[in-house]
Amino acid sequence: MAFKLTDTPIDASALMEGLRDTRVGACVTFEGRVRAENGGRAVTALDYEAYGPLAQKEGEKVLSEAMERFRVTGAVCVHRTGTLGLGDIAVWVGVTAGHRGAAFEACRYVIDEIKARLPIWKKEHYADGATEWINCAADGRPTGGGRRGKAG
Amino acid sequence: MKKTVLVRYFAILREQRGLDEERIETEAATAGALYEALRGRHPFTLPAARLRVAINGEFRTWEAAVRDGDELVFMPPIAGG
Repeated sequence: MAFKLTDTPIDASALMEGLRDTRVGACVTFEGRVRAENGGRAVTALDYEAYGPLAQKEGEKVLSEAMERFRVTGAVCVHRTGTLGLGDIAVWVGVTAGHRGAAFEACRYVIDEIKARLPIWKKEHYADGATEWINCAADGRPTGGGRRGKAG
Repeated sequence: MKKTVLVRYFAILREQRGLDEERIETEAATAGALYEALRGRHPFTLPAARLRVAINGEFRTWEAAVRDGDELVFMPPIAGG
């Protein structure tokens, strides 16, 4: 079980390799990638910023909750910080279990909780040169097209 | 009673303050009072109701006491993933 923040590109195949285990019959992974469009605006890049120590602690807590709640054998999550380009992996989750049901459920749990609880912030850069910190409009209006609570 | 705390800023608050962190002398009794004092001095657009606070690396409430030597982080609405 491992949670990690990294400022370098996420190597999904290396992470998959780390989840190899002949006791498991299912491996479910999720990749959140930087999309070229959000709320009708053309996105060119994203900056991710984290409060490292607390994000690490909370990320580890989410993974151990997943291990307790579902019958999973392994759970890994890596989240990027720094500047990401289109198509880059922002977050990667991998879960292994004896059977697919637990693996799907646990993977969904991890990505949803990571998004809802970790002190990580995202700034979108748009094609017209503007930038915006997502969810941080002073009047509470959703920014970035109101994309909240959904991964990817 | 005056105490010295370290305040760290992230994301929109870091940009609005123009600093990653600063040491502050304060008489604020609670985390909430300290944020209000800072909001009076700096162009922070977000009200406390939209933020969360951490003291010494733990999520805390706005009523939590501020003590000499504490590290505080006022966290804007998060957006990971």
